[in-house]
Amino acid sequence: MAKVFLKPKALADTHTHYCPGCTHGIIHRLVAEVIDELGVQDTTVGVAPVGCSVLAYNYFNFDFQEAAHGRAPAVATGIKRARPDLTVFTYQGDGDLASIGMAEIIHAANRGEKFVTIFVNNAVYGMTGGQMAPTTMPNQISTTSPAGRDVADVGMPIKVAELLAALQTPAFISRQAVLKPKQIFKAKKAIKKAFQYQLEGKCFSMVEVVSTCPTNWGLTPVDSLKWAEDKLLSYYKLGDYKTPEAE
Amino acid sequence: MAKVLMKGNEAIGEAAIKAGCLNYFAYPITPQTEVAEYLCRRLPEENGVFLQAESEVAASYMLFGAAGAGERVFTTSSSPGISLMGEAISYMAGAQLPAVLVNIMRGGPGLGGILPAQGDYFQATKGGGHGDYRLLTLAPASVQEAVEMVMEAFTLAEKYRNPVMILGDGMLGQMMEPVEFPEGLTTAPSNKDEWATNGMGNRNSNKPNIVKSLFLTDTDLNENNLVLKAKYEEMKKHEIRYESYNTDGDYQLLLVSFGMMSRICKSAIDDLKEEGIEIGLIRPQTLFPFPDEAIRQAVDKPSCKSALSVELNMGQMVEDVERCVHGKRPVSWFGTAGGVIPTPEEVVAEIKRVLG
Ligand SMILES: Cc1ncc(C[n+]2csc(CCOP(=O)(O)OP(=O)(O)O)c2C)c(N)n1
Ligand code: SF4
Repeated sequence: MAKVFLKPKALADTHTHYCPGCTHGIIHRLVAEVIDELGVQDTTVGVAPVGCSVLAYNYFNFDFQEAAHGRAPAVATGIKRARPDLTVFTYQGDGDLASIGMAEIIHAANRGEKFVTIFVNNAVYGMTGGQMAPTTMPNQISTTSPAGRDVADVGMPIKVAELLAALQTPAFISRQAVLKPKQIFKAKKAIKKAFQYQLEGKCFSMVEVVSTCPTNWGLTPVDSLKWAEDKLLSYYKLGDYKTPEAE
Repeated sequence: MAKVLMKGNEAIGEAAIKAGCLNYFAYPITPQTEVAEYLCRRLPEENGVFLQAESEVAASYMLFGAAGAGERVFTTSSSPGISLMGEAISYMAGAQLPAVLVNIMRGGPGLGGILPAQGDYFQATKGGGHGDYRLLTLAPASVQEAVEMVMEAFTLAEKYRNPVMILGDGMLGQMMEPVEFPEGLTTAPSNKDEWATNGMGNRNSNKPNIVKSLFLTDTDLNENNLVLKAKYEEMKKHEIRYESYNTDGDYQLLLVSFGMMSRICKSAIDDLKEEGIEIGLIRPQTLFPFPDEAIRQAVDKPSCKSALSVELNMGQMVEDVERCVHGKRPVSWFGTAGGVIPTPEEVVAEIKRVLG
């Protein structure tokens, strides 16, 4: 009997620690499938963030470095500059990338570093238990905004894809989601494009992926998908914000 | 190779290249910016990587990434910049990555000033970043010695898979002296296939390498700390270096001084000799590991009445000297900070005051 659905080679044979309904696992799988399809498992180095995906290195089956909180783009810069033959990507959450690591991502993108960033936006700090992130929605309740995010006090959520697309150097900036099967297919296409651009020597690519955190949103997995679809996607619009073809 | 006249900072940059290091990431800060200005011209000639980072934080993590990929890496900075690198230095020590960092110290705390100082002794030898780790710390007292120590630092960093710090000061960086470069290193780190993320296919392995300092269970983390501790104990056994000056005869007092300050101490010793007063000097060349035994023995000499630690700070290394002397003789400190450099006459006066 022919097998039609296999575990990608680039994915490790293990269980993850992610909560039920968390979309980190889906995004890991998409990255692994792309690495398989492009045949670059042997030359790939991933850089893990500090956040719920801090253990990402246990779930993939290729070389990995674990960065400090927010510093993955600088770590990836060091790897790629020293070893341009390697395929390099960072995998980062929204606290990691858009708060403590904002300087590192902006400058890596602006220098046009030739690696890929997978940016998982779940509108909250997952690992530390649901604090407000720079991407938390107006009035969204978190453990450090118990009355809801007050934009008069802390400003509006940061739209990272738009922010990076305002820079001239990056090659490919896209925002995708993994809330529905159709979105998942599109997200994979975008991730594959980003890696292909790297292999072609084009500069920096980022795919922002709108994700869920049922645990810290206080919702069931199904309600989380609905909430993200309604609340997040009306503010974080999906699509390509910058492509090399458009230049 | 013939001797050439070079500024300390430029010689330090050239020494790294001669040691086979072709990856330099840094951020400008006085008084060591000439290293970057030198290397941005020299590294492209060697097909190397020069990158001016957006901050010392980023520079130190670029170092982490490239070191983790198995390449020789190097950065230079000065005191405030080294503070910003403290986080990455701790991560590199935890992940057992070889790297060479140079601190051309200026006065602090805070923004301080741009004049030479030795106020980062504690930062280099006792921590700076968080957690239990040590940096093998070398303290050159001339441009020639700086060149030799930078080159040796790469070998030591790779031998122990630990960051090595070269602790110099603004005087060393700015002065011109004749230097001769020793034979260089050419080979890459030899055991890197066992740990570096250089691509599974590049080492014919089907097992990924992971570079990390995260150990979530108490036993795993304790285990990693024990591995690090064992390396630091090995360093204490094999890497202690120091210079003795005028210690053969019967000296009345032992000076302990490192780096450029030790040269002023030597002048003071020579001046006192003419007056018939004998003073010995131990100059630690490694600040970690510290020459405990050498200082202990030197102070034990019956003629030696006390020890005096002379530093360009408000009294840091003196705590290590006190630890070595262990109450057997009085230990005192003499120093200045912020760029005020004591003259040999002032050191002489302090020695006479201590001798009473
Ligand atoms: C320097 C530093 N500050 C704070 C922390 C604590 N910390 C760990 S994860 C995290 C937030 C991660 O949130 P995010 O990046 O959104 O990822 P998620 O967990 O949601 O996937 C914080 C603040 C840390 N590890 N290091
Ligand atoms: S806390 Fe949130 S982001 Fe983290 S694993 Fe659970 S659901 Fe996923």
